Amino acid sequence: MARYFTTEHEWIEVDGDTATIGITDHAQSQLGDLVFVEVPATGTELVKGKEAGVVESVKAASDVYSPVSGTVIESNGALEEDPSLVNSGAESEGWFYRLTIADTAELDGLMDEAAYKEFVAGLD
Amino acid sequence: MSDSTVIERPPATLPLDGWHRAAGARMVPFAGYAMPIQYPDGIIAEHEWTRTHAGLFDVSHMGQLTVGGTGAAAALEALLPADLQALAPGRMRYSLLLNDSGGVIDDLIVTNVSEGEPTYFLVVNGATKDGDIAHLRTHLPAGVVLTPLPELALLALQGPEAALVLDRVFPGIATELGFMEATSRLLGEVPVRIFRSGYTGEDGFELSLPAVDAVTLADRLMAEEEVRPIGLGARDSLRLEAGLPLYGHDLDIDVDPVTAGLAFAITKARRADGGFPGAGRINALLRDGAPMRRVGLVLEGRMAAREGSPVFAGEEQVGRVTSGGFSPTLGHPIALAFVDTAHIAPGTALFAEVRGKRLPATVARPPFVPHRYYRKGEA
Repeated sequence: MARYFTTEHEWIEVDGDTATIGITDHAQSQLGDLVFVEVPATGTELVKGKEAGVVESVKAASDVYSPVSGTVIESNGALEEDPSLVNSGAESEGWFYRLTIADTAELDGLMDEAAYKEFVAGLD
Repeated sequence: MSDSTVIERPPATLPLDGWHRAAGARMVPFAGYAMPIQYPDGIIAEHEWTRTHAGLFDVSHMGQLTVGGTGAAAALEALLPADLQALAPGRMRYSLLLNDSGGVIDDLIVTNVSEGEPTYFLVVNGATKDGDIAHLRTHLPAGVVLTPLPELALLALQGPEAALVLDRVFPGIATELGFMEATSRLLGEVPVRIFRSGYTGEDGFELSLPAVDAVTLADRLMAEEEVRPIGLGARDSLRLEAGLPLYGHDLDIDVDPVTAGLAFAITKARRADGGFPGAGRINALLRDGAPMRRVGLVLEGRMAAREGSPVFAGEEQVGRVTSGGFSPTLGHPIALAFVDTAHIAPGTALFAEVRGKRLPATVARPPFVPHRYYRKGEA
């Protein structure tokens, strides 16, 4: 298994041709307290770089993008009831959805954890 | 060569800038200042703390100024619809700077601080203060003196324990002042103007003092266990629950006070004398009603309708949301909206459209969370 990161602050953990996706801890800390999370329903066809869901803090709504193209096989229903799971565990129990990856070549160019940390450090 | 170079002015710093950063605030640009949007506790915890204890807000970005001299009351009455001749020293009024077509240049609080010579203390919005001052300078007659006070800071202490806390710092203040009353005290040798007012719907105070002494007062208040610092994020969710309009969102130059639901700010005497800007149009709207009115909307679920969301009655668009968000106190979203007056009865079932979805939204009369102001004789 390998975990990659995007410049839009999503993480994607790859296991063969399936992957689990969420937003990063840095993203949740920037958003602040989340009050609403919309995740894609099972069966949704997602396109790399296109909208996959929405997160809302008290202040604002933000789009969440899919790091790769694929078909959603499971979404995290617990987030509907308790969006704060994303604040408490963005990169663990606050995952958004799992999908079947359409083309693993799309993973090329995503960052590993060290590169993402460097990317975030450069944002300040 | 190009003459289109844009020089962006970096945000100005508040007198408490270092204090906020030391407290772990995340600073964002707002109204030309770097301001704390939240502290490490987060917006929801800060919101709940203010509703249950006492929150300390730095609102030093707001404009403070005095208008004084013989004839100051009459001169101000020509620019805003408050009944200042009837405003006793130590009393405060919410009012509106109006233009000749009845549009709102700004909303503000005016306090009679006269000690001998007539003097009125105005607190105006941060983003509009320069324009307000220019407008006042242009319209006030000779002999009436406008004094901007940029060297002052403004702190707000808000919440059900605010009076208890402030009474330890200024003994007797909790019973001396009722809602919308003001006085002056000394903090050591520093003069502090104390207003029993605020923008959260809670009992509380606003404290004006020299910026150089702001840290001393902030530290003194933070020494009390009931007090925590509160950022702009919670200030916005608190004022929204209280149904209070935010200038530039729920209120602007193209909106008249009747549409904005602020007819209460135009007193009976002023309606009769008609001596304020836009009086002809505003009195006609008061008599005949405005085509749209500001209302509250209560939404279900957790997805919020925010500024700009269209509001529908069936298939017909009948309004738009002017500000909205999740209410931490109520646990569901709320909004303020301008809606055609055919659809403003409380309980009317409407929809707000968000990202292509129709969200059920029921008309309600703000405040969404009851005000808990301290009025003398009620306690």
